[in-house]
Parts: sequence; structure tokens; C-alpha cells
Amino acid sequence: MLPKVTIPALALALAAPALAGGGGAPRTLSVAAAANLEPALAELGAAFEAGHPGVEVRATLGASGNFFAQIRNGAPFDVFLSADTEYPRRCVEAGLGREEDLAVYAVGRLVAWAPAGSRLELEGRGLAALADPAVKKLAIANPALAPYGRAAEAALRAAGVLDAVRARLVLGTNVAQAAQFAQSGAADAALVPYSLTFSPALRGGKVFPVPAGSAPALAQSALVLAGAREPALGRAFVRFVAGPEGHAILARYGYAPP
Amino acid sequence: MDEAALRLSLVLATLTTLLLLVLGLPLAHWLATSRLRWKFLVEAVVALPLVLPPTVLGFYLLFGLGPRSPLGRAWEAVVGHRFPFSFEGLVIASVLYSMPFAVQPFATAISAVDRRLVEASHGLGVSPLGTFFRVTLPLSWNGILAGAVLTFAHTLGEFGVVLMVGGNIAGETRTLSIAIFDHVEALEYGAANRTSALLLGLSFGVLVLVYALQRRPFFRWNER
Repeated sequence: MLPKVTIPALALALAAPALAGGGGAPRTLSVAAAANLEPALAELGAAFEAGHPGVEVRATLGASGNFFAQIRNGAPFDVFLSADTEYPRRCVEAGLGREEDLAVYAVGRLVAWAPAGSRLELEGRGLAALADPAVKKLAIANPALAPYGRAAEAALRAAGVLDAVRARLVLGTNVAQAAQFAQSGAADAALVPYSLTFSPALRGGKVFPVPAGSAPALAQSALVLAGAREPALGRAFVRFVAGPEGHAILARYGYAPP
Repeated sequence: MDEAALRLSLVLATLTTLLLLVLGLPLAHWLATSRLRWKFLVEAVVALPLVLPPTVLGFYLLFGLGPRSPLGRAWEAVVGHRFPFSFEGLVIASVLYSMPFAVQPFATAISAVDRRLVEASHGLGVSPLGTFFRVTLPLSWNGILAGAVLTFAHTLGEFGVVLMVGGNIAGETRTLSIAIFDHVEALEYGAANRTSALLLGLSFGVLVLVYALQRRPFFRWNER
């Protein structure tokens, strides 16, 4: 009788620290995040970690299309924070996540950004000012990979200047590289997510919000991935980001609630 | 098919190879023959792109030759447009990036030339330049060809630097490797495969041609 009790008890005793996550290695939540979230991500992660002791949020930033390709090929992420709803939806269609684990967490907006000393009359002329010959290079994210790049193209088209500026467009692999092109002065202006203008490097520049209606709304969705190693934690994170606490943080970086 | 990207990559690789022949041969000759004490410093500088990640080169080029730097403004004044996001910029970046692939084989080949033949030429009154073209060059053409081919192939496969300073402009800075990257990321595996297979075939063809021409172990210049 005695061994029967002892062996399971021993196994439980050995497994307990790992189950509790207390004394062992911290649990990590691996997040693939669209580059527009860069300024807000540290705060989102820290707030979530504060509510979940022993959990570390590890984020990778990039273009949503980039992540979609990686996830399709088995990249080991727990959560996908996309810059749109299209890519997470296609993940669900491909069986890489469940419909009920998909949630819109924020609505982003597109802005034109130019360095502080720029003479572009964005306030007066709007996006039409970007067709000015003084703009030798205009940076946007690659429309093939980044939802904000597609939105930028749509906004330029709506403003009637897409054909005029097409030869001057330079494409970043994601919105962060597009912003860096303009911030370094290599490009004269960029069309980037509003959130990025809250990063220390872009703060103080000229910001012109693209009028609502001239670019598609950027409803950004989160998805817990089917291959997640921490599915429960992933669901908790998505609930947190898409919930009131997440919205309070995201609002400080220019996002609207869904 | 990415014809514009293919054409661009071929032109870029050809120009880079020609420039490195013009600039690299005198440098390699100096490295192979100089007895200067501090020569190893120059050798280290030439070899730097072998060990540096392309991102380091891209980063410094973007800021060192960008419109905010004095050098970048001088470049813009002379060339007419900016260094980043231009074809000329890519040529400069490629020359720096492929420098060791040209200069090291060149120098090894030149230093393998029998000094007595060079001295005999000098003794017969032929000028140093004449000696270089009539003695040194014919005797080291094998290694020089190897260096030129390596430079061409290496430039054809360049990716990181172009990604950082190129800006992905069709027909101007979207090289073959960038086009493949875009296709893969956009899940256009068919197009990625067509372009990749082309690059694979092209690279293999170039190397086969050189092997066939040389009929000797390709890395002979490594052995001395």
C-alpha cells in the first residue's frame, strides 16, 4: 500500500515547483507584435507582468505580413498582435488559431510625419503638400507586407498625389524602418502610424493626421495562436490588451478603442 | 519574373567588379609588395567587411553619407541626388562591402609572382607600370579572375546593406535578393522560387565557367 501512495506523491512533489512556476524559470509569453506598437509595448508588457508574477512578456517587432508568413511556417509565437484584422483572420482560416481567440484591440490611425525644421505645409495643404518637389523621398512601409503601407498608398491615392509621388516612394520593410528613414533625414517625410510619433526619436516632429475616410480604418486584431506553448497565458494577455487596462495604455499612444 | 531586379543586380555586380578591378589592383599590388611597417593596419581595414555584419556598414553609410552629414551634403552637391535610396549609393556600398573579396585574392596572386622576374624586368629598364602590365598581371591573372568572379557573385548576393540603404525602389534599388525577400514574405513562393532558381543557376553557371577556364582548383590563391 505504501509504495502506491509514495510514488505519485513523490512525482507530484517534484513537479510542483514547475507547475506553480514559483521557484523555477519564469514563464515567457512570446508575442509577435506589429511594429506600430513599439512605443506602447514596453508599458503593455510591464503592466501585464505586474498582474502575473513570474511571467515575462517577450515581444518581437516587425511587419504584420512578415509575421503572417513566419506563423504559417511554424514560428513559435504565443500571440500575434497584428496591424490589421486581415492577417489574423487568414491565420484562423488556415487553422492557425481559433475564431473565439481573435479580438480587435485598438484602432490605429495614419499620420504624415516630417522633421521639426521641415517647410512642408502639411497643415495648410494636407497630403497634397507631399507632391512638392522639396520632397525628394517619401518613406512608407512596404504595402506588400505592412497594413500601414497599404493605408499610406490608399491615402495618397485619395489625396490625388499617388502618381505624382510614386517615383519618390521608398519602402521600409516595416513602419519602424519607414519612420527611421524620415527621422534620419534620408527621406523628407514619412507616412507612419500615429503611435510611432510618441517614440522619443520622432517626438517633436511635424505630425499631420490623415483625414478619416481617405484611408481604410486600421482595426488591429490580436490572436492566440494554435501552436502556442502558453495558450492560457496568451488568452489572458489578449483579454488584457483588448480590455479596459490595455485601452487605457493604448490611448496614451494615440490609439482609439475598437 | 523580376526582370527589372535581375537587370539591376547584373548592372550593379558588373559595375562593382569593374570599379574594384580599377581600385583594387593598385591597392592589392601595394599590399603584396610594400614593406611598410604599418601595412597590417591597411590589411585589417580591407578585411573588415568579412567580419562585420552588413547592418553595421549599412548603419554607418546611412548616417555618415545621409543628407544630415557634411559628407552626405557634399555627395548630393556633386552627384545631384542623395546617397541613400539611389543606385549610385548602392554601387559605393557594394564596392566597400565586396572589397576583401577582390583585394585579398588579387594580393595573394600578385605576391605569388616570382620576384626575380619582376626585378629582371626592372633591370631591363621597363617602368614599374609597364612591368605590372607585362609581367605581374599576366602571371597572376588566375587569382585576379578568381577575385573578380567572387566580387561579382558576392555583389549579386548582397542583401543586408541594400535592405538598409536601398529603400526598395523598383528599377533603382530593388535588387534580386530584395525581390526574393519580398516574395517570400508576401507568401508568393512561386515567384520566389522562379527568381531564386534563376539566381542559383546564374551563380552556378558563373562558377562553372571559371573552373572550366582555369582547369585548376579554384582556391589555389589560398594555398600560395
